[in-house]
Amino acid sequence: MVNVRKLLKLPPGDTRNSKRFSRSVGGNIAITTVVLLMAAVLALPLVYAVISAFKPMEEIFIFPPRFFVQNPTLDNFRDLGKYISDLWVPFPRYLFNSLIITTVTTTGNILICSACAYPLALHRFPGKKVLFDIVVVALMFVGQVTFLPRYLVMAKLGMIDTWWALILPDMATSLGVFLMKQFMEQLPISIIEAARVDGYNEFKIYWHIVMPNVKPAWLTLVIFSFQGVWNDTSVSTMVFTESLRTLPTALSQVSGGGIARVGAASAASLLLMLPPIIMFIFAQNRVVETMAFAAIKE
Amino acid sequence: MKKVSTKYTLREMRKSWQSYALMAPFFVLFSLFTLIPVAIAIILSFTQFNIFTTPEFVGWDNYIRMVLDDDIFLIAIKNTAIFAVVTGPISFILCFFFAWIINDYPKPIRSFLTVLFYAPVLSGQVFTIWKFVFSADAYGLLNGFLMKFGFISEPIGWFNDADYVLPLVIFVQLWLSFGTGFLTFIAGLQGVDGGLYEAGYIDGISNRFQEMWYITLPCMKSQLLFAAIMQIVSSFSVSSVPESLAGFPSVSYSAETIVTHIKDYGNIRYEMGYACALASTLFIFMVITKSLITKVLNRVGR
Repeated sequence: MVNVRKLLKLPPGDTRNSKRFSRSVGGNIAITTVVLLMAAVLALPLVYAVISAFKPMEEIFIFPPRFFVQNPTLDNFRDLGKYISDLWVPFPRYLFNSLIITTVTTTGNILICSACAYPLALHRFPGKKVLFDIVVVALMFVGQVTFLPRYLVMAKLGMIDTWWALILPDMATSLGVFLMKQFMEQLPISIIEAARVDGYNEFKIYWHIVMPNVKPAWLTLVIFSFQGVWNDTSVSTMVFTESLRTLPTALSQVSGGGIARVGAASAASLLLMLPPIIMFIFAQNRVVETMAFAAIKE
Repeated sequence: MKKVSTKYTLREMRKSWQSYALMAPFFVLFSLFTLIPVAIAIILSFTQFNIFTTPEFVGWDNYIRMVLDDDIFLIAIKNTAIFAVVTGPISFILCFFFAWIINDYPKPIRSFLTVLFYAPVLSGQVFTIWKFVFSADAYGLLNGFLMKFGFISEPIGWFNDADYVLPLVIFVQLWLSFGTGFLTFIAGLQGVDGGLYEAGYIDGISNRFQEMWYITLPCMKSQLLFAAIMQIVSSFSVSSVPESLAGFPSVSYSAETIVTHIKDYGNIRYEMGYACALASTLFIFMVITKSLITKVLNRVGR
């Protein structure tokens, strides 16, 4: 075969350049314009959400409405602090609940899903294909569609109005098993066989060999799990005891307080939206590395 | 012959007990919160049940009632079908198209754009900001803008007006397009072997769209299927956007979806049998959609 790279005088290994033959300058300009337009449509509402958090009351209700803020203020955050301290249940309690539930669920999710993914990826045993097929079909049966029968099961088990209702279902996600399994399949089987020769049992191999080698996939599950649990609003239908509830319910109490609280509500939603975005910015490379294996072969 | 193979399987299973033990925690929780609920939904869909009394078998009554006696269900079906057949594919194509474009930029720009495109989904409840854009009074951004430039003289009700509710919910749902599927495409595109593009050039591919159709897409078939499944989930589970923007129920049920309809009958009216019939219908639609998509994707790049 002709070495195309040499023929075209390309540096080895640079895959981006390999596409330049099919790219025209006019096309690049047109496409960059499209990207910028789309980026603007996606970003402007978020920018508006950030700006609104700094708007004084008289600018929120002004005609004609303005996109930008004239006199930025921290009043909304001060008001938010005031409303928060007036809550019937102290605010730190909501924060604490959210942090505990998010941490426990995310940790459990990683441990349980990776323990299940390891045999599915690297062992041979009867029933393997069926079990994995079930996991793939179940990718569709997430909590947003099964919430009702799931509620019935949890009611039967006496989990309603306890944290179990928030924690346990989100620990066993088929997306978690799926991503972990796909990622583990690329581990060289030789390191596992070597460990077996050294007398490691499968549990030890899982903990000492497999887990340290799939850190990008951990981080991806952390991001997805964190994002899901942090923004979870199903709390309101699962848990009724106010002192057991989480941040989104505290926020809805603030914003539910009528028109005078619009500013404080924007401040609160700004504070709530930041953690997932910041986490993703730091984890992005690992997440992309993991998602490259998110493929279903038919 | 059969006996021997059963014996063999049993021996194999005993030998693999550690594998099963590792998978046990997942499958116990998974059965409890996914498999059993789906099975229960199907069983209860043939009963009348209000949580407090024992379920009473009623045959196909719930399903018959759905089609013949429930006008709002027909709206819910129509809206869910719009999300599945129109919004879903548009989202899917947008995700691929923009991931494909973004992949051409150098790494720092690519990373920045990835965060930016993913941010609306990441930030959870922030989509409620659209309430202020489409606010029904003159303080809303869009009404204010239209009035200032004289397009309208009275503020439009937007989410209070049955004519506008569904298109606006579709719009916001499209704004939330770039989720897990988008990330999968971003990742998958980086994995396409660069040598193939060079080979394609030698074979006479002359523009980027030919290259996408004949090289990139066929290489990404399995990512396409995964992203399609993620898209099915988000199209069929539309509920929080109409609920928080258009209210629950929305004006003359104009933004009702199957999921909001399930919530209406399950969480509010406690007609669990009927709600489970609705849920079972939803499951069946999802499974059918998935098998159709698998067939369509098999034609990609041909």
